[in-house]
Amino acid sequence: MTPSSTSTPHTSTAQPTDGTAQPTDGSSAYEAGFTESASGRVYTVTGGDWEEILGAGEQDAERIVVNMGPQHPSTHGVLRIVLEIEGETVTETRLVIGYLHTGIEKSCEYRTWTQAVTFLTRADYLSPLYNEAAYCLSVEKLLGITDDIPERATVIRVLVMELQRIASHLVWLATGGMELGATTAMIFGFREREKVLDLLELITGLRMNHAFIRPGGLAQDLPDGAERAIREFLADMPKRIREYHRLLTGQPIWKARMVDVNVLDAAGCIALGVTGPVLRAAGLAWDLRKTMPYCGYETYEFDVPTALEADSFARYLVRLEEMGESLKIVEQCLDRLRPGPVMVADKKIAWPAQLSIGADGMGNSLAYIRSIMGTSMEALIHHFKLVTEGFRVPPGQVYTQIESPRGELGYHVVSDGGTRPFRVHVRDPSFVNLQAVPALTEGGQVADVIVGVASVDPVLGGVDR
Amino acid sequence: MTPPDGTPPDGKAPAGTPSEGTSSAGRGANGGTFDEHGSAANGVGELVGGDGNGLRPGRRHDAFGAGGSGDTSGFGRLVAPAPVLAASERPFGDPDADAVYDALERVFPQLGDAVERAVVDRGELTLHVRREGLPALAQTLRDDPGLRFELLSSLSGVDYPDDATGRRLHSVVHLTSMTYRRRLRLEVSVADADPTLPSLTSVWPTADWHEREAYDLFGIVYTGHPGLTRIMMPDDWIGHPQRKDYPLGGIPVDYKGATVPPPDERRSYS
Repeated sequence: MTPSSTSTPHTSTAQPTDGTAQPTDGSSAYEAGFTESASGRVYTVTGGDWEEILGAGEQDAERIVVNMGPQHPSTHGVLRIVLEIEGETVTETRLVIGYLHTGIEKSCEYRTWTQAVTFLTRADYLSPLYNEAAYCLSVEKLLGITDDIPERATVIRVLVMELQRIASHLVWLATGGMELGATTAMIFGFREREKVLDLLELITGLRMNHAFIRPGGLAQDLPDGAERAIREFLADMPKRIREYHRLLTGQPIWKARMVDVNVLDAAGCIALGVTGPVLRAAGLAWDLRKTMPYCGYETYEFDVPTALEADSFARYLVRLEEMGESLKIVEQCLDRLRPGPVMVADKKIAWPAQLSIGADGMGNSLAYIRSIMGTSMEALIHHFKLVTEGFRVPPGQVYTQIESPRGELGYHVVSDGGTRPFRVHVRDPSFVNLQAVPALTEGGQVADVIVGVASVDPVLGGVDR
Repeated sequence: MTPPDGTPPDGKAPAGTPSEGTSSAGRGANGGTFDEHGSAANGVGELVGGDGNGLRPGRRHDAFGAGGSGDTSGFGRLVAPAPVLAASERPFGDPDADAVYDALERVFPQLGDAVERAVVDRGELTLHVRREGLPALAQTLRDDPGLRFELLSSLSGVDYPDDATGRRLHSVVHLTSMTYRRRLRLEVSVADADPTLPSLTSVWPTADWHEREAYDLFGIVYTGHPGLTRIMMPDDWIGHPQRKDYPLGGIPVDYKGATVPPPDERRSYS
């Protein structure tokens, strides 16, 4: 198994040629020659003999190197795929990444612990709240305040994460469907995703890149009407999932493109580090929410959908089932919501700003500003110090892993005791899972490469960071 | 480029541009000689060079002209530096960490040679491994029925420029045992002058891209890797961007008459 594209820059088998390849039949260099073959007479191009120029044997006559991307609609962003094909068969797949490398990890080292959330939420842009949650859990573990996070904050974290899992899987359904030509799946997926984004906008203020989960808790509490809006969504969504099943699950073209395509068994997944729906579709019920719980997931009732086929269709089914399970968790979250604080009580850590809705949108609460400016100089100093300087985090390192829609999202966070992270490393599931694409696609057909990449569900913002 | 104070904000604004252009050109022509004369004649050069904070006369760096931490309250000195935990004593007191270490001691006799020290901090076990012992240790960790760290979750580089041992580049591996649901961290440190350590790709193929990333961004060289090339940065990039001595970059930004310096030149409290 060649797990990835690590080989040295590609060298084709072409001999170095200086354009002086001599025609074999002794005629002029610019005259078309021909040879007789089993399939008829084959003319050679003027200027040289291709067989000599390429130096290739008979079996390589069909060998072509095709470049896909980085600007290609079916590469989920800026993934570049270099395919070596013989006829329609892919003999080698190499992936080239880095086109979206923005240095988020480095940038975090120059901001405070709280500001880093704003960078990290932009890494995997289809599941920003997972980035925020994993990072904040790491910082809280470094601070030793994991048990001090208010219950309400944890429940809302779980709530928004599960809503986002649905949105992320819907984007997968939409883009994956579009790449297979199923434009109805695309319309359906983005339609329902928009409803989730509306909910997240209502809760966090932003459709994406929320910076809602902060070290110590949340930026703000649920607004009025959020609970009702989520319940309406919960009532509607199961019908939609049934609609996807009716549209796609039994559809002959959908199945023909996906069943028994891009098979990777559980052992292969683990060797290549693949987690998430791809691993669960290979039969291993490895879901960190169950196996290494965090945020109180062990207290929620939900199932871990699995499949045994390990092909693209199984991954589709697993993701569809997971949406239903996420709905169950969201419902339990709503039932558990009790009034209370959403930020840790320790005023040396808790973000001091209070937000409110003003005439020109959301901003600092005027009542809060008035109170600290007018009545308490200490509160003003405290606010100023926390916002400009930030809090200090005891030195050490932690690794926190959570189950994102794409698999294990891990954060390796190192502190040197200062007000800025010393090192933040994102173990992004897309980055690791992409390594499996050569194993999924080699030996298959070119058209199945598209299915294979889509079934892994990579998000290049997370891959390149 | 902000206009100098006192420039009337009236219709003469277009005329200001050429005049400013000529004046700056004049500065450019004369500036060199002025500097040479100034430093040679009245010792301005020594003043600039001799300032340990790198402050230049007539330019305020912090709110009160303070260098260093910028903490003008004095309370900054009261913060006691919390020492980093160097090594933990056996037994660790953490059931998972003790179980892993006990199992390792049973099946891996050369453990004392391979592992410099073990640290249990915040419930996470870290083994600081000598690079010579890494391949055998990794193979045992993966294959032994009592350990079974099947999954290499993450591999990341960390740069500690002030590392007391002089081995500033650390390669940190996070392993997950799916069988026992445990985690383990291996940390290998190498010096900048000899930044090589054995690759883990033969044990966990998933280490492939992780190691390429650590090579690209930190310059750690993994021997035995099937194709250690850059993965994030362009192939012809010079330097390893996530090292601490590699500048973040950025340009100052004018905003409402003030200048916001690039992030790595702003005041630091750490």
